[in-house]
Amino acid sequence: MHGAQLSPEDTKASTKRGNVKRVAQLDPTQGHEILEMGAPPGSLATTSAVLTKRQGAASEAELIERVLRGDDEAFRELVHPCEHAVFMATQVILNNEADAEDAAQEAVLKAFTNLAKFRGDSKFSTWLIRIATNEALMRLRKQRHQKLHDSFDEQREGEEGDYVPRDFADWREIPSEALQTEELRQALSQALASLTPKHREVFVLRDVQHFTIEETAKLLGIGKSAVKTRLLRARLQMRDALAPGMDGSWSTGRRDYEQVRPW
Amino acid sequence: MVMEISCEEVWREVSNYLDDEITPELRARMREHFKGCKHCTAVLDGTRNVVQLVGDAKSFELPAGFSDRLYQKLDRKLSKDSQL
Repeated sequence: MHGAQLSPEDTKASTKRGNVKRVAQLDPTQGHEILEMGAPPGSLATTSAVLTKRQGAASEAELIERVLRGDDEAFRELVHPCEHAVFMATQVILNNEADAEDAAQEAVLKAFTNLAKFRGDSKFSTWLIRIATNEALMRLRKQRHQKLHDSFDEQREGEEGDYVPRDFADWREIPSEALQTEELRQALSQALASLTPKHREVFVLRDVQHFTIEETAKLLGIGKSAVKTRLLRARLQMRDALAPGMDGSWSTGRRDYEQVRPW
Repeated sequence: MVMEISCEEVWREVSNYLDDEITPELRARMREHFKGCKHCTAVLDGTRNVVQLVGDAKSFELPAGFSDRLYQKLDRKLSKDSQL
């Protein structure tokens, strides 16, 4: 996979996303790297070196030490750069803003209470996002147990056969006027909601949070091949949910998009 | 001359193609297929767009007042803890 030749149509996605040790900048204004897993345990020195890239900012390890010594203000400084990622982690899983905010808050409080247990073998943000993801997944499972008649989900959970694209609407470009619109957010949120929880969690970790396939597998305690299988289905299903509207039909109310089926 | 590949096989691998999780040989076969199949090209483009779209942080916004409420909650917890 390294050094593979990329055709021009590949480079658009690959240069943007990379595939090895991708560092996600969820908010470029923060200039703060969100992910960097894989540092050997106990390599706090290395981790801090990476973290002090932001000039003048206290290193993560320093901040954690200060919090543990009772400096509560240092905890805010530690959490602030990850707020967005933490909310996204819970929002995309729970798909409900109020629940997601609640879960995100709970995750931050848990991180505070358990900070002494943080070993520094991943970045604080990774650890916090993992807590947030677990919190959201726990709530999602609880919600599903409450819905006794949620057989639709269960039924679809069982599907492990090949996913066949529903239509072949041509979606070459993301129309720039569609970005950052309320309609797009709604469309995304509905499309995410259409995924089963186990496909959604893989999709969210990999494509929204930019974890690698290996990290996603670790976070969920499943194998890499299961990640790939679920990711494929989730992506194709998301495409099916979004592509028909992407030619502008959901932003203009037009419904006559081109539907092409080979059969 | 690369060996032909069916549409069904392409759909099974389109996600791995985007993640570069396939062999160079399969990659070459798929690329050859995309050249002649507009349906599969539409699937590839659309899937790539999904990945780009959701990967863009601008697609998800923090609710207004999120930070304030978070730190208020944290402060409440801190003052409760210090009373113990």
